[in-house]
Amino acid sequence: MGMSRRALLKCGVAATVFAPALVRHAAAASDPIVIASMYDLSGGLEAAGKPMYDVLNFAVGEMNAAGGLLGREIKVVSFDTQTNMQLYAQYAQEAALKNKVAVVHGGITSASREVIRPVLDKYKTLYFYDMPYEGGVCDRNIFIDGVTPAHNTQILVEHGLKTWGKKVYTLAADYNYGQITSDWVKKYVKDGGGEVLGTEFFPLDATNFGSTISKIQAAKPDWIMTILVGGGPISFYRQFNAAGLSGKIPIASTTFSGANEQLVLTPEESNGVVVAYNYLQTLDNPTNKDFLKRFHAKYGADYPPVSDLTMASYQGMLLWAAGVKKAGVLDREKVIDALESGISIDAPSGTVTLDPQTHHCIFDVHLAKMQDKKPVLIETFAQRKPADTAAVCDLKKNPREAKQYIIKVN
Amino acid sequence: MAAPGQERLVAICRWHGAPACIPEKRTLDLAVVVGIDFIYAVATLALISVGLAIVFGMMRIINLAHGEFMVMGSYSAAVAVHHHINIWIAILVIPPVAVAAIGAIIERLIIRQLYGRMVETMLGSWGLSLLVVGILTMVFGDITEGVPTPLPGITIGAYQASGYSLFVIAMSIATIFGVYLVLRKSRLGLLARGTMQNAEMAAALGVDTSKIYAVTFAFGAALAGLAGGILAPVSGVFPNIGGSYISRAFITVIGGGPAALVGTISASTLFGVINQIATFASNPVYGEVALLVAAIILIRMLPQGITGRYFRGNL
Repeated sequence: MGMSRRALLKCGVAATVFAPALVRHAAAASDPIVIASMYDLSGGLEAAGKPMYDVLNFAVGEMNAAGGLLGREIKVVSFDTQTNMQLYAQYAQEAALKNKVAVVHGGITSASREVIRPVLDKYKTLYFYDMPYEGGVCDRNIFIDGVTPAHNTQILVEHGLKTWGKKVYTLAADYNYGQITSDWVKKYVKDGGGEVLGTEFFPLDATNFGSTISKIQAAKPDWIMTILVGGGPISFYRQFNAAGLSGKIPIASTTFSGANEQLVLTPEESNGVVVAYNYLQTLDNPTNKDFLKRFHAKYGADYPPVSDLTMASYQGMLLWAAGVKKAGVLDREKVIDALESGISIDAPSGTVTLDPQTHHCIFDVHLAKMQDKKPVLIETFAQRKPADTAAVCDLKKNPREAKQYIIKVN
Repeated sequence: MAAPGQERLVAICRWHGAPACIPEKRTLDLAVVVGIDFIYAVATLALISVGLAIVFGMMRIINLAHGEFMVMGSYSAAVAVHHHINIWIAILVIPPVAVAAIGAIIERLIIRQLYGRMVETMLGSWGLSLLVVGILTMVFGDITEGVPTPLPGITIGAYQASGYSLFVIAMSIATIFGVYLVLRKSRLGLLARGTMQNAEMAAALGVDTSKIYAVTFAFGAALAGLAGGILAPVSGVFPNIGGSYISRAFITVIGGGPAALVGTISASTLFGVINQIATFASNPVYGEVALLVAAIILIRMLPQGITGRYFRGNL
């Protein structure tokens, strides 16, 4: 043995360290398109996150079975962010830098979106946020497939003022989504000649609503607007019913049933709650029926109801794929240009079109009332525009914008 | 034309010589409803803390899985209701029995190895709480049918109150009274108190101390399970709802001081009232903040807790 043991060990370590670099070049060939899914699969928001994750994989599975995108297989790298903001920041960076994904579909709460957005902006990774939210995001790198206040909150407020009365009491989640949406409620109520008697904020794990219910009774509103998020506030509906108030004071909600809260409540506790979403599982059109047939064939007929949040994830995936097909390449700038050229898909919720000016969606919004744990359609508002964001944002004119506009209500 | 209630109130006022009647009947109704809220807050705090008062107050075991014991009680109630067992049995009988059994197993496997070692017990029970949350999530998933409220709302004049709130208050009083009877009047209570006071002397007198420890821990766990079962219709049945209980329970028990029962009662009264005053003045978030600030001030002023200075020598 010519080499000393020390020299041999040094060479061995060096070889092991540099080997992957050599091996990787050999592996090349047909690489899949890598995309990232970033949803909470544990920790409190998994009731919303898991169905969105499942439907994303379902869409990818269907696309791959049909030959892939641009002839390449789509591979999903999944990050479970565990309802933890720190992990959102960390995984967003990892997805952009380590996995170099073509697009990130993710974020549930608006707080998580605002954590991911600047990170993906910095590392130039396309971002699709498929969720209802409070509106106002004006950023070239993000496309948002979800209802905003001009889509659904306005419809709910107008319905409430017309059907029930002018005095409103608001209960909202205590973070940016709840706070900004409650400001929009104030604006729409004022525009309709009504009055918001009071607004209360609750964290995602609040469970004690006894004093709130007493306060509501003292204030005597005509109806209640709930913008509640999280597992804890479901007990508001429970305690409201326990006090015998269900049905006495009507409730409209921008979030109810998004995470299938109605499954955990009895019918008496959830009947009569009015919601407005782009998608309802009970929509009666051929695209929806076909989607449900295929989806249930894969995941079983007893899968929890597909909510608007879940469908937004599916539609977001379809929109992105349509953009990539039109661009013909994965280059981010070209895909954004393609997505801005008026992409439109025939989705289970109706026609969904991406608005080039705001990167939000123009789609149908359906007003419905919960009955026996299912939404029953009241009225359809066809092809509603994201008027709230459009009033302040024009990405065609100012493509360098990257901020969220927040409404100011006095 | 005044409502009948208002007429009667006006008549009473005149009888007592007042020229006119100032309080509206409506305000009186509201006062009753708000009063129930206050007592309810105190009762809930006492209910969630009494189990920990036994385990930590008497045995000095820092059980960070106390919230998860409550959640297991809630889940056992939910499963029982799902299998169409009578709701009252599902809430009041099954959770304490189930969680007592689980508590006995945990005591034997984990806690027994760590007697006297506070930091290790903290770590062990914290790991246990994470394990329980994980198992519950895996077994039951994130969507569980809750436990419906078995009592209707009651009408107090122009307002509605929850009939179940009154039930919780009644059960809280009954539980505290039951624990008092067990500890003060029963042989097991006597042995337990003796062992906790001076284990060596008790052993010298022929008491099997390890069995007493096991039974007392199981008793504390049963109380936690009972609290979970009773509160299941109110706060819902989720794997991670234990977190919202544990901090309040610990604050109440430590603020209460060495005496398990009197300490729990006095601390939950103090913190519950402060919490509710702040909640009514603003919103539940500031109510919690007020409770925490009050706890900090209390511990600063009375480091041994309330029963370290007042009500000494009581159970």
